[in-house]
Amino acid sequence: MIGRSPRPPLRPSGGRPKTPPLWIGCSMLVLLAVPAILAPWITPYAPGQQNLSATLLPPSRGHWLGTDQLGRDLLTRILYAARTDLSVMVLAQIIPVCTGVFLGMVAGYFGRGIDAAVTLFTDTVIAFPFYLTVIIVAFLSGSGQRGIYVTFALVGWVVYARVVRGLSATFRQQDWIAAARTLGYPDLRILLRHLLPNVLPQAIVVLMTDMAALLVAIVTLGYLGIGIMPPTPDWGTMIADGRPFLSTKWWLSALPGLAVVYTGIALSLIGDGLADRIRRT
Amino acid sequence: MTKESKRRAARKGGPSPIFIWLRRSLARTIAVVAAVVVAVFFLIRLVPGDAAKMILGEYATDSDIQAMRTRLGLDFPPRDQFLRFLLQVLTSGDTGKSLVYGVSARELIFRRAPLTLLLVGLAAVLAIVAALFLALLAATHKDGPLDHMIRVLPAISLSMPVFWIGLLLILVFSVKLRIFPVGGVKEGLGGLLHGLALPAITVALSQVPSLVRSLRVQILEVLDSDFVVTLRAAGLPSRRILFRHVLRSSAIPAVMLLGVNLAYLMGGTMVIEQVFGLKGIGTLLFAAISNRDLPLIQGIALYCALAVVLVGLLTDVGAGLLDPRTRAKP
Repeated sequence: MIGRSPRPPLRPSGGRPKTPPLWIGCSMLVLLAVPAILAPWITPYAPGQQNLSATLLPPSRGHWLGTDQLGRDLLTRILYAARTDLSVMVLAQIIPVCTGVFLGMVAGYFGRGIDAAVTLFTDTVIAFPFYLTVIIVAFLSGSGQRGIYVTFALVGWVVYARVVRGLSATFRQQDWIAAARTLGYPDLRILLRHLLPNVLPQAIVVLMTDMAALLVAIVTLGYLGIGIMPPTPDWGTMIADGRPFLSTKWWLSALPGLAVVYTGIALSLIGDGLADRIRRT
Repeated sequence: MTKESKRRAARKGGPSPIFIWLRRSLARTIAVVAAVVVAVFFLIRLVPGDAAKMILGEYATDSDIQAMRTRLGLDFPPRDQFLRFLLQVLTSGDTGKSLVYGVSARELIFRRAPLTLLLVGLAAVLAIVAALFLALLAATHKDGPLDHMIRVLPAISLSMPVFWIGLLLILVFSVKLRIFPVGGVKEGLGGLLHGLALPAITVALSQVPSLVRSLRVQILEVLDSDFVVTLRAAGLPSRRILFRHVLRSSAIPAVMLLGVNLAYLMGGTMVIEQVFGLKGIGTLLFAAISNRDLPLIQGIALYCALAVVLVGLLTDVGAGLLDPRTRAKP
């Protein structure tokens, strides 16, 4: 995939570089994802299964993390919420990554008018406070998962566009792009077969770090009641549901939040590890 | 341009670089402001289907919907709608009358703004002080255990939802320890600061780690620079070098960084207002959302973006005047 890259074979003879953060992050993520995927088979309860005679129970043998105000098993709900939140997180990134990388490449490669237009576009999106836009757009475009996808399609590309634009602008000055041009390759071919493989690793690093921010945003929308809608389990709505019982049953809000932090740390570790690896090769 | 400056420019062969740079920053800001106004206008079009129907709900009668369309100006052709909106923004700085309160959106926003601005300001000061302190610690103990601990912080804090930090702080400091109120502010300056302390700490906490990460690199650079080496060679005590010279030269980048992060800071503040029940712009926004008060939502978006753009321009220009190296290349 990177056969045409200008990358010198600088890898030290000691074999592959060690990147512990990458492996720690990956195993943390697997440790959450596997039980989440297997949730329907390993949990004795259904996520919406109420039991009004067993509400607000503290952690016990039957309910490892206790139950909420409707008698639903907290651990079951956290695992099911992982399924929702993680899949929405991944799906919501697809459009922004594609548009962001494309716009960034085009802006950096062609420069001039196109660059100015893309930069103005990015500056405008950045002018609105991130959470303000997310909240307003998610509400206006209809709450729920559809709103989340629309919101991030509109807002999320900026991060990628900025990074990729800078990279493309530097690559443009380098000989290998000039060589491709001298050979008379059309711009589209240069963009897709030469530039893209070289900006992609950096974009993936950004993707990992951005995923954590996106997850936090999804959860925040859920907490505010304009994200994922009940009865679909989601960490944000769970935190909001536990709020009235904060003084006595604090774990109802604390544990779903901890799940968010855990996932976010795993993603940042993966991002850091990947960044290390790219820097070293 | 006055005659004098024209003559000076002619003598030097064109306007001075600083003038060109200032003019370019200003032009860029004006372009962004124009784009922001257009974006705010188009916000209302994000609504799937008819905005008037969305405001009034499913069971509204046709005549009600028609009345609402007239009220929002939706029955004009799109181009006229935009011109009317533009005229309104330019002449009165307003996005229309609030559908619920019947007052202009601008007035409602200005009434609520002081509390939000105070909260943002408090959080910014707290964040800068804490970040400078931690960055100094990390930079002077480079590669030690302390440095590693401080460097891991951003990964953790980036993944902590602000509202969740707020809830945990309420649990610990308001419910268990009873140091701060659970929400709201009381009368007087003391009550105000007492009520704002915990929300400001929450917002600051979410900012500190990313500030520390960038400041640490900057302080390390300063520590390696020639002037610090000279001061060391001159035999100044290292404490004095650190607090007098290094700290001073890294304070400007710290303030600049915060200017860049202001958008993020403001967003966090809005969410936190909701958690602590403070009557600022954030809670106004949530009220507007639950009332489906579109003109007010547009107004809040417009003024927040304007504030961000303005502060961005000020930090850019301020930093550029103080340190020419930070001026953006054309």
